[in-house]
Amino acid sequence: MAADLKNATFWGYKRENGRVGVRNHVLILPVDDLSNAACEAVANNIKGTLAIPHPYGRLQFGADLDLHFRTLIGTGSSPNVAAVIVIGIEDGWAKRVADGIAKSGKPVSYFGIEGHGDMETIRRASKTAKEYLQAASELRREERPLKDLWVSTKCGESDTTSGIGANPCVGNAFDKLYPHGVTLVFGETTELTGGEQLVAARCRTPEVRERFMFMFNRYQEVVNRHKTSDLMDSQPTKGNIAGGLTTIEEKALGNIQKIGRKCMVDGVLDKAEIPTGPGLWFMDSSSAAAEMVTLCAASGYVVHFFPTGQCNVIGNPILPVIKLCANPRTVRLMPEHIDVDVSGITRREINMDQAGDKLLEMMFRTANGRLTAAEALGHREFVLTRLYESA
Amino acid sequence: MIHFVVHDENDSVGVVVAEGLKAGEELTGWIMDQNKEIKVRARNDIPIGHKLAIRELKANDTVIKYGTDIGRSVAPIAVGEHAHVHNIKTKRW
Repeated sequence: MAADLKNATFWGYKRENGRVGVRNHVLILPVDDLSNAACEAVANNIKGTLAIPHPYGRLQFGADLDLHFRTLIGTGSSPNVAAVIVIGIEDGWAKRVADGIAKSGKPVSYFGIEGHGDMETIRRASKTAKEYLQAASELRREERPLKDLWVSTKCGESDTTSGIGANPCVGNAFDKLYPHGVTLVFGETTELTGGEQLVAARCRTPEVRERFMFMFNRYQEVVNRHKTSDLMDSQPTKGNIAGGLTTIEEKALGNIQKIGRKCMVDGVLDKAEIPTGPGLWFMDSSSAAAEMVTLCAASGYVVHFFPTGQCNVIGNPILPVIKLCANPRTVRLMPEHIDVDVSGITRREINMDQAGDKLLEMMFRTANGRLTAAEALGHREFVLTRLYESA
Repeated sequence: MIHFVVHDENDSVGVVVAEGLKAGEELTGWIMDQNKEIKVRARNDIPIGHKLAIRELKANDTVIKYGTDIGRSVAPIAVGEHAHVHNIKTKRW
């Protein structure tokens, strides 16, 4: 398989800005909590469109507001999205989000509720949503080179089998994708605690290393400022501990297996920031699954590798989340959630190279249109990261 | 049959990868990095995914996994004993 990747292709949707998506969603995107009802009504009217409700967007300010806009604009600009309807309580911020998405070149319209009410807004937005949906339905997939695929990773409800099997399987796949100019990302800043020196040693330049350590130390300060204990039950989680993980250091060392043994960390991103070139990026982020995956989607990633031990059931509205697991008990008890079973690793039935190839095969099938378990089960967790209180 | 897996031969602990292991059973472990096998007798019932000590640890010793520090023992841990939150704690936070 590794040899074949040189000329490997997938079938994707080429967007106006040259990026390539593997899904073709028409999004109904609320700017704020108040607009969720109208968005859901539009999506109910126009079958095949997708509303992504969330609880925020009012009285945020400063860096937290910047992140809110960056995440919404990034989500709407994703190559997995064909067109976007933006609805906000008022015109100003709705226009700001729509203008940001318009830079990607895709169709986008915004609607403010004030002065019209929900019913009139739903009527007008539904009319445009129908046009967008019909236009999107005529777009065709085309064959694209592997380097056009952007792949993110984040693990969840890890246990000790994650560090033995599922995470190094992602690492094996990343090591194979990296030389072919694929754009990759990992993150989970607090979840590197105890292994941060290993990531620092993998940074390509002193500047990247300095930026990584700045992000790492910044997050440690947040933990130190707010903690009331050694974080047992939060990081590691109850599920991690039930699965046999004991300390944050142990969890971190398992987590870091995802970046393989060969790839270098080429750059560092702030939350929901878009990478500027191929290679492996570190994105400062929460380790909470839905928050991190939402940030990956907003940064433009189109396929996600999600290794799990105890089985976090997460999905994302626009980013297909491929779940892999090396825990034979989880694979037996929760098979409907697992896309790639790599439990053969611990039984020595398959080696890591074969497991990595198995994951890559599922990556191509997913990119070409196969729905992941999370998509089929309707998991659409869209969770915005908050930095601090609203004003 | 492999009952537990060890990342590196210098590690203090291994991970149980089979279900339903009982105290007193002789377990076969696979050391991944050196591709070697070892035998350890289980001192407790140990659930899948949980760790057992493969080296004797005194209280306040550094626990090694992946060849790296993963925390400290807060009680003595005998070879074959269940090693988890009751006898190992983080050194961070």
